[in-house]
Amino acid sequence: MMGKNKNWVMTLLKGRTFLILALLIIFFSIASQNFLTLNTGLTIAKHVALYGIMGIGMTYVIITGGIDLSVGAVAGLGGMVAGGLINEGLTIAPLGITIYFGVPWIILITALIGVLFGLLNGLIITKFNVAPFITTLGTMNIARGMANLRSGGATFSNIYGNEGLGNTGFNYLGKNIAGIPAGVIILVIIAVVAVCLLRYTPFGWHILAIGGNARAAKLSGIKVAKKTTLVYMFSGFCSAVVGMISAAQLVAAHPATGEGWEMNAISAAVLGGTSMSGGVGTVGGTIIGAFIIGVINDGMTMCGVSEFWQKVIKGIVVIAAVIVDQFQRSLQAKMALQARNESK
Amino acid sequence: MDSNVVLHAEGMNKIYPGTKALDDVSYDVMKGKVNVLIGENGAGKSTLMKLIAGIEQPSSGKMYMDDEEVSFKNTSDAKKRGIGIIHQELSLFPNLNVCQNIFMGREQTTGKLKLDNKKHVEETNRVLKKLEHVINPNTMVGDLRVGQQQMIEIARNFLQDDLKILIMDEPTSSLSEQEVEVLFKLMREFTDAGIAIVYISHRLEEIMQIGDNVTILRDGKYVAREEVKNIDVPWIVQQMVGEGKSYPKKDREIDWSKQEKVLEVKDLTLPKSGGGYLLNHVNFDLKKGEILGIYGLMGAGRTEVFECIMGMRPEHTGDIYKNGKRMKIKSLHDQIENGFAIVPEDRQAEGLVQTMSIGKNIALSSLENYTRGGFIQKKNEDEHVDKQIKDIMIKVADKNLPILSLSGGNQQKVVIGKGLLTQPDIMLLDEPSRGIDIGAKTEVFDIINQYAEQGVSIIVISSELKEIVSIADRVIVLSNGIKTGEFIHEEITEDQLVLSSYEGHGTHKKEKENE
Repeated sequence: MMGKNKNWVMTLLKGRTFLILALLIIFFSIASQNFLTLNTGLTIAKHVALYGIMGIGMTYVIITGGIDLSVGAVAGLGGMVAGGLINEGLTIAPLGITIYFGVPWIILITALIGVLFGLLNGLIITKFNVAPFITTLGTMNIARGMANLRSGGATFSNIYGNEGLGNTGFNYLGKNIAGIPAGVIILVIIAVVAVCLLRYTPFGWHILAIGGNARAAKLSGIKVAKKTTLVYMFSGFCSAVVGMISAAQLVAAHPATGEGWEMNAISAAVLGGTSMSGGVGTVGGTIIGAFIIGVINDGMTMCGVSEFWQKVIKGIVVIAAVIVDQFQRSLQAKMALQARNESK
Repeated sequence: MDSNVVLHAEGMNKIYPGTKALDDVSYDVMKGKVNVLIGENGAGKSTLMKLIAGIEQPSSGKMYMDDEEVSFKNTSDAKKRGIGIIHQELSLFPNLNVCQNIFMGREQTTGKLKLDNKKHVEETNRVLKKLEHVINPNTMVGDLRVGQQQMIEIARNFLQDDLKILIMDEPTSSLSEQEVEVLFKLMREFTDAGIAIVYISHRLEEIMQIGDNVTILRDGKYVAREEVKNIDVPWIVQQMVGEGKSYPKKDREIDWSKQEKVLEVKDLTLPKSGGGYLLNHVNFDLKKGEILGIYGLMGAGRTEVFECIMGMRPEHTGDIYKNGKRMKIKSLHDQIENGFAIVPEDRQAEGLVQTMSIGKNIALSSLENYTRGGFIQKKNEDEHVDKQIKDIMIKVADKNLPILSLSGGNQQKVVIGKGLLTQPDIMLLDEPSRGIDIGAKTEVFDIINQYAEQGVSIIVISSELKEIVSIADRVIVLSNGIKTGEFIHEEITEDQLVLSSYEGHGTHKKEKENE
């Protein structure tokens, strides 16, 4: 009897992110008449794509037991690099020439810069044993500073490109393709890749093992430093992609873009059940988490809740999510113990 | 109530959701005696002790001390009544030093606010000296070896005032024979002073040596209680498991001189930080299919041998040859690919990934062998894991269950299975039977023998004399980083091993005198 009750509670706990999301949608539908419309849906989806992509990279990092605070700043830098390359090209001063790249090259270069920042994070963390929090706090400032240096703090506006230079088309990243925002399509692609990596490759299981018990992972022959570095590179890549999508959505790149987004990414991961102590997390959960953040953000804006209150409420939601998570874990541990005793 | 009974527990029940960990057990703790409590893992002995020490509360049942009913909401309630406990799992702070650990929660102060560190250091030195185990009080506990850490845990309890009952849950599981002697001497001092000791151990020889009375639990129920002088080891084992079980006997007729050498270690030397050597020009070899035992006191350099072989100690010097070829040891990953497997000493901290399932823990070292195009072939992986589970008889209902749902013995088999799954030629086992019950121990030995028969060469580190004598074809003894003995066949006797394990310290002193 008791066992049955527990199973019921467990199912509810496991499906809680869905439940919260459903409740939020119902709540905002009642609170604001315009909420349950296609337009609102598309707006939210555009935002969710940003939180989601960043959140997936963050989920990987948190699974290894780390944290990446540099994601927002790298996204900002990514936007500035892409915007700058479109509007001003790359000037090589000693030669006195300016090169304009085509859009595919611009996307590649920007993504590469994100990956390089991840590599930097990973190397500092694994080679010099600096705590991920401090490392990424440092690179966060470096990336943010570089984003501002690129334009002296100014915004690159109207980044449509120029037919004559052959670099138009970047803003498609911010448009709808067949009625679906491009960002959402990219989110789906990255999510599918991330799910497959995590579930069906040794790499995925290795990073889960590193987060679960790094010492045991090392003694099992897993190349802990290499895999950890790869994870930060993936996070950097995701951030740069987010920076580009955001710039394309606004058709402008501003050096302050992405400030505070690391909190959205961490919140999405945590709401989705990723454990801050490492070893546990799913990509699907993080995407639902991103939806919750998106619905809360846009829903409250539509209801006229001030931005300041929004922050207070988001903070409470994240802490509540972790508390429920802890509760689930202790219940799970009890059930495991029970199973162990029953099997005797 | 008998005046010799310091604590009487009546009809203790402890129900966890869905299971009865303790079923109507009554228990008397006798004053000034070593009260031994034994039973296989899961028999309920640790549960009973947790109730007495106030760590958990009984579902029903009463406890009496001095004809007065007592109940403990937490450990400090129990402490006030003079009950102390030394845990099986260490509960130390690796980030703090020795005296901070010893005085945690009972800090001495001058003027109520300022910590009296001078007193802390003095007291620490006094108690450690009494334990014949001098450690600098300012050493970080995390830097100590497991055995030393256990001494710190023991030292903590020795400081408690008006101690009436001291519960020791497997305190000797990582101590060497000589440290155990010191501990036993102290226990006798305690009992002479009228303190009751409740002693839980898997080492039956110890129980016969130190115990006054023995209580046996099985499956949460009381089985028997007897004075030690009236019984012998086979009787205890019989009560515990319900049938006669003992360590397996070794009986292999192989002419080892004709077997090929698979591993040769020459002049293995590992410097100690702050001078001296952890390993001092150690030489040994390993034949195909042989089980080589390494015996020694803790700190003798046993684990370090494994660490050097596995590439975790790049600062070592000396040569290691595998199949006659000198190895360039780069990393642990490479060494696993070169055909080595290691089962580490600390199962929880180094052997298992607690967040993963049983199956994934087994497959962890060999996942890359089951891939096609970068993706894991689930069927291929499952086949290998299932076969391994069957081969080494891991008792598991479903391999997708969390690893912590297994008993300690089966967890250990998972760690061994993980190593075996990489199909090693050479298997390194560091204390493979630590903290598991006697039934599981026998099974672990069976696994070791089974794979040795198949031609896997095995090196086993063990602190238990009887164990190493029964399992090994040949034993080398390390003492203070020096190889002090090598014994084969009937030369392997407990006396010889103990004698050799002391020799290194003598020479070390002489070395110093010569300097």
